[in-house]
Amino acid sequence: MAEFQVFNRTTGDHFICQEGQSVLKAMEQLGMKCVPVGCRGGGCGFCKIRVLEGDFKCGKMSKVHAPPEAVEKGEVLACRIYPLTDLTIECVLLPEAALAKQTTTKTLR
Amino acid sequence: MKKGVMRPGHVQIRVLDMGEAVKHYTDLLGLIETDRDDQGRVYLKAWSEVDKFSVVLREADEPGCDFMGFKVVDEAALNQLEKDLVDYGVEVEQVPAEELKDCGRRVRFTVPSGHAFELYADKKYTGKWGVSSVNPEAWPRGLQGMKAVRFDHVLFYGPELAAVYDIFVNVLGFYLAEQVLDPEGTRVAQFLTVSMKEHDVAFIHHEEKGKFHHASFFLDTWEAVLRSADLISMTDTSIDIGPTRHGLTHGQTIYFFDPSGNRNEVFCGGDYHYPDHKPITWKAEDLGKAIFYHDRVLNERFLTVLT
Repeated sequence: MAEFQVFNRTTGDHFICQEGQSVLKAMEQLGMKCVPVGCRGGGCGFCKIRVLEGDFKCGKMSKVHAPPEAVEKGEVLACRIYPLTDLTIECVLLPEAALAKQTTTKTLR
Repeated sequence: MKKGVMRPGHVQIRVLDMGEAVKHYTDLLGLIETDRDDQGRVYLKAWSEVDKFSVVLREADEPGCDFMGFKVVDEAALNQLEKDLVDYGVEVEQVPAEELKDCGRRVRFTVPSGHAFELYADKKYTGKWGVSSVNPEAWPRGLQGMKAVRFDHVLFYGPELAAVYDIFVNVLGFYLAEQVLDPEGTRVAQFLTVSMKEHDVAFIHHEEKGKFHHASFFLDTWEAVLRSADLISMTDTSIDIGPTRHGLTHGQTIYFFDPSGNRNEVFCGGDYHYPDHKPITWKAEDLGKAIFYHDRVLNERFLTVLT
């Protein structure tokens, strides 16, 4: 089975993704946290990334978080993309930015 | 004061892929498919429920919740509640009988948090699945997966909790069972009930309107919750958190996601509520313990990942 190298330009991390495996799943299996993890089902938009280089297949994603015009530009959800070549990605929601966003939601405090 | 709203009756959930969703809700959760309609919607129920369906799945390009429906005691109560909503200034929409198969007319309205609710009086009574109503056995054989007992409640995220409270409590006759108050005394979470359960519907404050946090299903025992956790691993299902216990309601719980990213809960236990009970208050400063009683720390995903 083919394996592909994923390079996250935002954080400088590299990891291996098996053919047929989603980018987010590959990252999680290696215990890495360089892309924020949400529902893992294409629904919440938490793991949005921009693919800068490389080809991939897409599974079904919420049109709210990955509208067709964004997908055209490589803005996709890491839980629903399956590499066909090595990929270079960057985070759309920075892992830190994601944290900042989470703090806003804490109107609960 | 009770106004004739009886219990949660159904929830319509949007899914990205119907095949994957039906497999999740039947094989893993253990719901039973009872029908499909010409819109392609799939109707499901948990075994102990007496009406034909409680969960409706609709394929769409955005996951989330279309609406939650409450069953009321009879047509007279439905007419009165409809009038009360209109008098209160809530816009109501008529959904004709049979728009959902084997369900009577529904009165639909949207509350200021952006969530749609429905009231209805009639739905086809099919009885509990797999057991007789005369000398019933303890449980039916042939259930799948987690063997969910019943659809129990929904938690929604949205703004304007005070206005939502007014409609549910003053117009629909719900009671506030539990709440979270911030240091200024503003209610940032409200757990509402029309039964002895600690919540039939709940809301947590969130800036964005109309968000769906989870649909919850009841299990009998902690053992069943642990067994559900095993099944989540066996099926490599996306887990959120648990098994653990909530401070709020004290229910024992596990959270996970359906294949479209909608959150599900299965839980057991929890406190009870009578109309003379005063609301339980949790302080927002102690939200970690209020939500996850053992860790006493919030899993941030629980507050932010929504459909």
